[in-house]
Amino acid sequence: MYLTKHLNMSQSKNRLYFLLGLLVIYLLLMVATTFAQDATDTEYRPFPGIGSRNAAWIAAQLHLLFGSFILGVPMFAVVIEFVGMKTKDKRYDKMAQEFIKLCMGAFSTTALMGGVLVFILIWCYPKVMNKLSGIFGPTMIFYVILFFGETFTLYLYSYGWDRMQGKVSKMWHLFLGVLLNVFGTAIMFVSNSWLTYQTSPAIMGPDHEPIPLHDESGAFIGTLWQAVNNYTWMPVNIHRLIGNIAFGGAIVGAYSAFRFLAAKTREDKAHYDWMGYTGNFIALCGLIPLPFAGYWLGREIYMFNNTMGINMMGSLFSWLFIIQAVMIGVLFIGANYYLWSGMTRIAGGEIYARYRPYMIAIIVLCVAVWMTPRTLIMSPTELAAIGGANHPLVGLFGLMTAKNTVVNLIILTTFLSFLFYRRSGKTPTVGWSKVGNIVIAAIFGLAVAAIVTIGIAGFKVASDFRVNVLTPIQVIIALAVMILVTVIDLIMYRKAMRSNEINWGQMTDRSQYVLILLAITFTSLMGLMGYARSGLREAWHIFGVMPDTSPDAHTPLLADAVNMISVIMVIFFALVGFIFWLGLWGDKKKEEQPSIEAEATTGDD
Amino acid sequence: MRRLSLFTKCLIIFVVLWLFLRFFIGGVWSVPLPASVISMYLGLILLAILVHVSVEDDRFREFLRPVKETLADENRRVRRTVLFVLIPLVILGLAFSRLSTKADPPAALRTAHPAPPTELKYRDKVIGPTQEVENPFRHLEKDDQEAFQAHVDNGRRVYYQNCFYCHGDDLDGEGHFAHGLNPPPANFQDPGIIPNYQESFFFWRISKGGPGLPPAATPWDSAMPVWEDHLTEEEIWDVILFMSEYTGYRPRTFGEAEH
Repeated sequence: MYLTKHLNMSQSKNRLYFLLGLLVIYLLLMVATTFAQDATDTEYRPFPGIGSRNAAWIAAQLHLLFGSFILGVPMFAVVIEFVGMKTKDKRYDKMAQEFIKLCMGAFSTTALMGGVLVFILIWCYPKVMNKLSGIFGPTMIFYVILFFGETFTLYLYSYGWDRMQGKVSKMWHLFLGVLLNVFGTAIMFVSNSWLTYQTSPAIMGPDHEPIPLHDESGAFIGTLWQAVNNYTWMPVNIHRLIGNIAFGGAIVGAYSAFRFLAAKTREDKAHYDWMGYTGNFIALCGLIPLPFAGYWLGREIYMFNNTMGINMMGSLFSWLFIIQAVMIGVLFIGANYYLWSGMTRIAGGEIYARYRPYMIAIIVLCVAVWMTPRTLIMSPTELAAIGGANHPLVGLFGLMTAKNTVVNLIILTTFLSFLFYRRSGKTPTVGWSKVGNIVIAAIFGLAVAAIVTIGIAGFKVASDFRVNVLTPIQVIIALAVMILVTVIDLIMYRKAMRSNEINWGQMTDRSQYVLILLAITFTSLMGLMGYARSGLREAWHIFGVMPDTSPDAHTPLLADAVNMISVIMVIFFALVGFIFWLGLWGDKKKEEQPSIEAEATTGDD
Repeated sequence: MRRLSLFTKCLIIFVVLWLFLRFFIGGVWSVPLPASVISMYLGLILLAILVHVSVEDDRFREFLRPVKETLADENRRVRRTVLFVLIPLVILGLAFSRLSTKADPPAALRTAHPAPPTELKYRDKVIGPTQEVENPFRHLEKDDQEAFQAHVDNGRRVYYQNCFYCHGDDLDGEGHFAHGLNPPPANFQDPGIIPNYQESFFFWRISKGGPGLPPAATPWDSAMPVWEDHLTEEEIWDVILFMSEYTGYRPRTFGEAEH
């Protein structure tokens, strides 16, 4: 029986290799024809079938999605491992190891996609690559060194996990985890410098003014460090760093949901429920500061080039920001839904259910404001009935002061959901718990009043004052509330009585589908907003320096861009699904192993 | 009296909120809301209801109970038959209303805020980078109030001689010709217009008008004339000062906050 299985497997493998071989031959034939046609053209070479830009787009986006995952996961895996070491709870260690196993599965795909992207760029855009490598050559060598460092650290970190469990060796293992993150972050920062340079080839002057790095002929006149530390480099670095954590958490959450839905035993359900909760928690931790980082990036783009800023938020790409609002709305509603579902598995959590309708109402109202466009979609009759392009009431929702206000309120409501979740099933034992609750309620109340008042004032003041003073104050208030309330709550519940444990595994299937939805939403958001960031250059390879004169030098329609991103998402989830399935398949094999061995010893075959 | 089921309550909430949006906000409180906005808000309301009823298993079962009964219960045959006839009819009606030819063109995605060119020009003369060019008379606000007021007054004259026919005597986009124009003229009293753009942006829009709009994010169908053919550079800057003074809104600057 074992032999038959083995034979079947090798036959199917052969079939797979055959098909892959055919695919490679087909691709080679297509490529050869194109080379023959364009052997003399060194500026651009068309990619067969789908065109150069689409080919580069697909490879870059897939590389970025996988890269984001493998950079995000080690960040929290090492923290979870540290928690496991400190609390001496083996479950944390196991979960961190499982996260890294997922990372290993995605690592080679990331590298593969990176390789494909480089080949496409060198092949299709030789002149652009020549220009970029002329400026960034040394960083490309540094990138390779970092990549080697990351690869071998990841191997050591993953394969050494079981071996390095002693007291001292665990510390070394944790050090490897930190080192892995240092390499990973450095790799991202280096590659970010290339793409941000294409968008903003200038450095920031003492008064925030952009100082170009090229003379009028387009020749580079700066230093390598200036090219790296260009105008939008650091905002993109920070935005991506936080985004990686959120995305990594969301993908891990989706993996756990998949395993939860496929689980047959109560133990497995409990394990993957816990893992899914952790993934969602991590995604939330990344999601909450993400809008602030995004706001900073947007502001820097405006400061770098006003035209680019208006194109982004008011003109060419503005509808993407409405789609973004819808998506982020889905993320926040989904994350809250999951937290509320989670309270149902804790006895004692039901006392907070009475607040839920109000919290849903607040979040949905805020999302409604956030997703209302400044210029509404109207027929001429509706336009005439309104009497102008902007509705006198909901038109105000389209302004940034309204949107910034509701974002802060959504974040605070989500934080409140988490606070309720944390408190579920616990009773504080400190004597001042009532006063503590009043203080917390007062902090929330005052903060909301202040954020709303500042938001209303934002309609009346000069934009500079709003952007530089009012909006940061709103952000500081929201952050201060979260820090202050967390501190009070931690002290209040430090020695709290637990009325009941969390019944891990007792979650609805619906909540698991929400986790999968969150991962899908994150992925599409990254695709759409990545398109906006890249598309802002319009018909320039390097903005204002090197024009794009290829046949693809046009900004695609929003519908075309959305279709392309949808295709990329399908490919990404097909590949991720395959990696998930491999995990499941590997585990099944492990479970079957004893019976196979038993069969072998009894000599059935 | 029989208690209403959770499903019915949710249905009532949905309908009441639709009526609120359609007739209260879009009638009593303010001007009508476009159908696109109502659909968007109704979608969110539906989502909120579904979130509320589906978090807990018991509540979700309770919510679905009338649906299941309608579909499977032998005693609900009349209700089932009525619904099975009504639902396709409603879908048919909706499909017909969407596909049938109407005199009114369909709603369209519009982009109202074009991005200016990187270089600001008056006729063919380059003034400077759009981002950096400032109103040459703005400094008089601090340095010489009298001269500043003279420029504002000149701007007022220019505005009422040329602009008010469309943009209105109160700068609210309600001029004599406004109702014949699509898109309607800008309403400078709206807090989202003047504070969001630099003076150089307004200079560009006034001087180049509708024909000077950029190719990105088309179609642009503004009827704004090319005012650089009729006004001097100074007159354009003056009218911008007047717009700011009259409405009380200051155009955007890219320096640090002064407040």
